[in-house]
Amino acid sequence: MNRNRLATSLFAVLLVLFFAGTVLCRSQVEKLRGKEVTLEEVLYMPSGKSVKRLSLGYSSLLADIYWTRAVQYFGEKSNQRSMRYDLLYPLLDITTDLDPHLIVSYEFGSLFLSQPPPEGAGQPEKAVALVEKGIRENPSYWRLYFTLGFIHYLDRRDYKAASEAFFKGSEVPGALPWMKVMAARMAEHGEDRSTALYLWKAVYDTSIDPQVKDTAMQHLASLRAEQDIEQLEQRVKLYRERTGVLPSRWLDMIRAGLLPGLPQDPDGTEYKLLPDGTVDVQDPAKYRFLDRNRNK
Amino acid sequence: MISRLTAITLNTFREAVRDRVLYNLILFVLLLVASAPLFGQISIGMERLILVNVGLSSISLFGVIIAIFIGIGLVSKEIEKKTLYTILSRPVRRWEFIVGKYLGLIMTLVVNTALMTAGFYIALLVTKGLHKTDALLLVAIYFTVLQFLIVTALTVLFSTFSSPIFSAIFAFALFVIGTFAEDLKNFAAISKGAAKLLATAAAYLMPNFASLNVIAQTAHDQGVGGRLILFNTLYAMLYSASAVAAAVLIFERRNLK
Amino acid sequence: MFAIEIQGLSKDYAVGFWKKQLRPALKPLSLAIKTGETFGFLGPNGAGKTTTLKLLMSIISPTSGTATILGESFLDPEVKRRIGFLPEQPYFYDYLSAHELLDYYAQLSGVSLETRQRKIDSLLNRVGLGDVGNRQLRKFSKGMLQRVGIAQAIIHDPEVVFLDEPMSGLDPLGRHEVRELIQGLKDEGKTIFFSTHILSDAEALCDRVAVIHKGELRGIGAINEIRTSVAERSEVIWDGAHALSAVSGSLVESHVTGETVRGIVRSEDVDSLLEKLRRERTRLISVTPLHGTLEEYFLARTAEQEKVIS
Repeated sequence: MNRNRLATSLFAVLLVLFFAGTVLCRSQVEKLRGKEVTLEEVLYMPSGKSVKRLSLGYSSLLADIYWTRAVQYFGEKSNQRSMRYDLLYPLLDITTDLDPHLIVSYEFGSLFLSQPPPEGAGQPEKAVALVEKGIRENPSYWRLYFTLGFIHYLDRRDYKAASEAFFKGSEVPGALPWMKVMAARMAEHGEDRSTALYLWKAVYDTSIDPQVKDTAMQHLASLRAEQDIEQLEQRVKLYRERTGVLPSRWLDMIRAGLLPGLPQDPDGTEYKLLPDGTVDVQDPAKYRFLDRNRNK
Repeated sequence: MISRLTAITLNTFREAVRDRVLYNLILFVLLLVASAPLFGQISIGMERLILVNVGLSSISLFGVIIAIFIGIGLVSKEIEKKTLYTILSRPVRRWEFIVGKYLGLIMTLVVNTALMTAGFYIALLVTKGLHKTDALLLVAIYFTVLQFLIVTALTVLFSTFSSPIFSAIFAFALFVIGTFAEDLKNFAAISKGAAKLLATAAAYLMPNFASLNVIAQTAHDQGVGGRLILFNTLYAMLYSASAVAAAVLIFERRNLK
Repeated sequence: MFAIEIQGLSKDYAVGFWKKQLRPALKPLSLAIKTGETFGFLGPNGAGKTTTLKLLMSIISPTSGTATILGESFLDPEVKRRIGFLPEQPYFYDYLSAHELLDYYAQLSGVSLETRQRKIDSLLNRVGLGDVGNRQLRKFSKGMLQRVGIAQAIIHDPEVVFLDEPMSGLDPLGRHEVRELIQGLKDEGKTIFFSTHILSDAEALCDRVAVIHKGELRGIGAINEIRTSVAERSEVIWDGAHALSAVSGSLVESHVTGETVRGIVRSEDVDSLLEKLRRERTRLISVTPLHGTLEEYFLARTAEQEKVIS
């Protein structure tokens, strides 16, 4: 059997070599193609309806695949510099055409769409369009109204639209009662910080997703810091009126009886007193949502 | 060796032609002729795009179907019908037989594709006129031929040990999985532990048809880089060679009926 | 010199659900066939004849043993340029014509283009397919296919030709023609190894035969010797039925028709029988020696339990 063994070993070696070659080539190919190419194909599709037709009944599987691609690509922080935000809405649109009941893609997809970079794509109008589509397809899912109202409130600052959304949502059977409360607050006190506090507390209390809870915590902390800073800056003004000069440190204000003790942020860190009389947090990174331009 | 390989290759081609494989071209032409005005009714100004998409996708689909339907019987039919007995009693090496059959089917596919391509461009010329960018479509067709190299190699591999029905099922399954090869890699990227190992191995083992499908891109006049063409060519050739080598290994050791 | 030497070649098949049991299709076989000899490989169906041929052609691999053909290992692909093979009930590519098939096979066996152009037509004529050379094989009858089979086995002018049941499924005319063809090959000095279960064909063509049964070699010898090794008998015909009782003891068989008796007796007893018949005043008509037939040899060998090689 010698000849047979020779042939066998030769071809076994060739097999290993060739296959190793394919692995190498493949990495090169993927590197050259870049991560966006597969996603870019959504730009070339005439419509979600045609894709649905072509998927021959496997549309919800295909929807899952597209959704996974979106999560993969947009979830990777390393992509942030050259992020193709223009691909997100078409991707989500096609995903939801393939599977109109894929709620998660409406909810999370729209939130990502509406938030400003680097948290999101910064396209609130498109986000609204997406959620409204979700509501059309899933009229009994009241939480989508919440998402809608949220987007109107937070990213578009359209308190009237937000209120309407909360109100409509509150009418859906099974909606939680605070939807009505939110509707009312949006209508009358849209600008107020207390509304924001109420909203974020509601989000924190009712969410199960740890990431969402974390975001809500961050917002609440920033709001509280905002409140503190407002009050502190007013006290600084009072000090100035009384003494004619700005305080150089907190001790001055404590001696003047304007402060009970060293002011601390919700984290326990001391606030910073700036030379021009404004107050800030020590670590702005911890308070990403702090709005410095509110009352100026 | 060369003369034997050539003889087997040409005979395999001759068999496919006499099996009336080329009749599929008629169906292709009909499809092209029918598609443009039909789909054009749906969206105005989309005629060229529709024609290109239908044309290129048909070239790909028809070719894959031919590759699978002829490929599954390439070896198993010869074993079933015992036509192999008089071949193996001659100085033909077993590996020459496998490689010759493979090349013969590839030859059939290349000829078929070339004819389809000619018909396709004629259709383009007649309906919308040709533009410079239409040359880009040749890259898509070339990549489709690369896909054929892989699909054919896989069906030949299956044909050496499995019955035609199962070979067809496996080959078709691999084609579908290969189309979503990049998603498989994504899945491997997000999984952990043993699942990650398995998924990564599977991702490399499965053929990568996703990067060989540039129909959408080229239909929208997007070019394909030279280096990408090179590496894709290498990938397709090496992958096919691996599958054919595996086929030879199985066939060399096989006791025929 | 020996054209084919088989040494201990055997084949076992793994059977059963777990592939644990071994079924011996061919027990270790040792055989040597001389150059230029026509050798018959006889046995009932399923005896192992085709298995032997498949082993020699490396269509299946042996469990043990080895063989040489024309001095080279039977596994050497190059030696196949010098051998031809006709399988049992052959099937050829039916989309080819006879001419195309021979051309293809000749190419695979290494025959040059000009030789092919020269020889194919004359070969087709020789096997009686001269006027259907361009017809597709799917339209051929069984007899015609058999003839194509022989043609493809010799197109490259091999020195050794292996034929597996070359007469199977043929009508008497077909069998006669194939016999003629094989005789022609013999005359060309080729070594012929053919398996069959039709004894009259073997008797007509072979120099030596081997008998195989249930995978085992049961007997081997030259045709002439076999004929004489079986007990010799003679046939004696006479007029004079009255003598029957006196001689019946020495008769193996007898038939009476009127006054004529036809008796079979062992050849060594002929003289004593004739003496007795003369004394009984019978009229002798004929005395004919009968040759032992191959059939008797065959039946004897396939009936025995143990292996006997004479």
